[in-house]
Amino acid sequence: MLMPKIIKDGQIQDDNWQLIAKDATDNLPTGDIIVPVELWKEQADSLNQRDGGVAVWIDAGEEAESITADLDKIAFVAINFPAFTDGRGYSYARLLRERHGYQGEIRAIGDVMQDQLQHMFRSGFSSFALKEGKDIEAALAGFKTISEPYQAATDLPPLFRRRD
Amino acid sequence: MYVYDQYDQQIVDDRVAQFRDQTTRYLAGDLSEDEFLPLRLQNGLYIQRHAPMFRIAVPYGMLESKQMRMLAHIARKYDRGYVHFTTRHNAQFNWPELEQVPDILADLASVQMHAIQTSGNCIRNTSTDQFAGVTAEEIEDPRPWAELIRQWSTFHPEFAFLPRKFKIAICATPDSDRAATQVHDIGVYIVKNDAGEVGFKILAGGGQGRTPLIGSIIKEFLPKEHLLSYLDAALRVYNRLGRRDNKYKARIKILVRALTPEVFSGLVEEEWAHLKDGPTTITQEEIDRVNTAFTLPDYKDLPAENADFEAQKAENAVFANWVARNTHPHKKPGYAAVTLTLKKTGVAPGDATDAQMDSMADMADKYSFGELRISHFQNVVLADIELSDLYAVWEEAKALGFATPNLGLLTDMICCPGGDFCALANAKSLPIADQLQHRFDDLDYLYDIGELELNISGCMNACGHHHVGNIGILGVDKKGAEFYQVSLGGESGVNAKIGKIVGPSFGEADVADAVEKIIKVYLENRTEEERFIDTYERIGMQPFKTRVYADA
Repeated sequence: MLMPKIIKDGQIQDDNWQLIAKDATDNLPTGDIIVPVELWKEQADSLNQRDGGVAVWIDAGEEAESITADLDKIAFVAINFPAFTDGRGYSYARLLRERHGYQGEIRAIGDVMQDQLQHMFRSGFSSFALKEGKDIEAALAGFKTISEPYQAATDLPPLFRRRD
Repeated sequence: MYVYDQYDQQIVDDRVAQFRDQTTRYLAGDLSEDEFLPLRLQNGLYIQRHAPMFRIAVPYGMLESKQMRMLAHIARKYDRGYVHFTTRHNAQFNWPELEQVPDILADLASVQMHAIQTSGNCIRNTSTDQFAGVTAEEIEDPRPWAELIRQWSTFHPEFAFLPRKFKIAICATPDSDRAATQVHDIGVYIVKNDAGEVGFKILAGGGQGRTPLIGSIIKEFLPKEHLLSYLDAALRVYNRLGRRDNKYKARIKILVRALTPEVFSGLVEEEWAHLKDGPTTITQEEIDRVNTAFTLPDYKDLPAENADFEAQKAENAVFANWVARNTHPHKKPGYAAVTLTLKKTGVAPGDATDAQMDSMADMADKYSFGELRISHFQNVVLADIELSDLYAVWEEAKALGFATPNLGLLTDMICCPGGDFCALANAKSLPIADQLQHRFDDLDYLYDIGELELNISGCMNACGHHHVGNIGILGVDKKGAEFYQVSLGGESGVNAKIGKIVGPSFGEADVADAVEKIIKVYLENRTEEERFIDTYERIGMQPFKTRVYADA
């Protein structure tokens, strides 16, 4: 099987992190895993003792604050988009960056495609696991759709502070 | 007019390229129907009964003559020769081909226009007073603020996928509200505080649709420079907490009502405490820049009165009548704002043909500094007419069918396109408008009835603002047949109110009779000074109800 790919720091990279579903509490695989925040809260100690890295994913509705106390204990935060039209994750990413000062990786997972990438990047996401069946090479174009956006986000001050 | 600089132009050009790419990917099968749907909606493209419906933004209602001519061009080249103007500063076309929409967007971008966020669950066009900048009533011109909101909301990365659509209106006139501000998701009133400083009063949670509600005040006074950071805070609270499980309960009004306005306001304050004084704080430099980018007409110094104009009015009662009805006082002496009414009997309210649009653009060039405005009541305004030109403007407007002197009267009705065009509609609305136009075609009768807001929607979505009509008519579906529910007592102005349903709905053939009976009750009961709404407030629903349902 081909190694799955993600976009990270603007480049396509191999990725070996395995996503653990919410209902999968037993028989965790070996290697690097991204666990649901509930599982992390229940089993943080044992998860830390296993071989392999542990990252945590939060779902829409679970709020950024559900993981802010443990940001220094995990490999990265992933935020799930249950549907491409559910925009809660954008606020969560901004809050992690701007309110909680998180500088680690924030990964977009779930219903992620080219057309959201610039918004996600601007909101503070740094890695992107595209949904199945999408052309990851072509998706790179999605980061620079709007060359000079108007409003402030995690990447830029507002245009009115940048205009010549 | 706000004139784009290279940044503004680049953003609309980037959008054209983006949408062209999205359309290509959709047509090639790389984007599924479900994936393309929210993308095309954010560009104003619905799939409708006959063809896609395409909605173009007219930010705060302002159009240059060349932009109006572009709408005429689009009507001719890509559509069937006409446009529909909506209640929220949009222009709609009902017959474009999907494949051609990227070309239409490119044409629009060439005259600083776009269709960005004219639909979809995102922040829509900010609407305002059609007399902004020319009425003496206003505290200050709301348009620069509407433009600042436009820029802040355009491709806002955090708020592109909200629980539901989000509409903002801004009003600067304390004694009259021509933008239906209180039935918006967020309503912004420009106000002056006790210290004489200008700022904003913010309302949230107004709206129409299935659950009509008047907005609640969530901030009594917001200093100017904080407008955008405060909006960021309010939208963030809504984006995080607004319901997403049921689209009928997803508007901010449901959240505000569920939490109570006090609790919602507290959450916004808490969020705002973190954002206040951050980079989104508007600089004085930017306020000045936007104000300067709004080129103001080069007004002449004129006397407040014009003898020829007075004589024309004295000689011609019909002209005088039109002046009294269809012009609005101007803050500059010697000028008036003229409303070209798109409400002639036999024409769908708010519709204009390509030739009419070209003619309106010509009139704007000739008489009104090349600018036009689209009003909440679906009319077109020439805002800067010299008094000495009014007679000529009236004659040209008459020839074009735009001088029906019914502004603010029963036949100046708001009406959505309804079941003839809209896939969401439960019933047709245009035939009802047509019936009422014919029934109340007699101007003397119409004048005797006086000021009255009659609004018609073809479904619960309330695009025709039926909830806030003094008389509201709503199309409903009863076992496959079209019926019409009538409500009374709604208001859209400073005393905004939601109307109450009179009783069982009427068949299509009986609506005009019902309205006529309602009008008769008013005429029999009114005192000399009372408008329809005043009499209704005084005597209540019962006399109307009794008459309407009495056996014939």
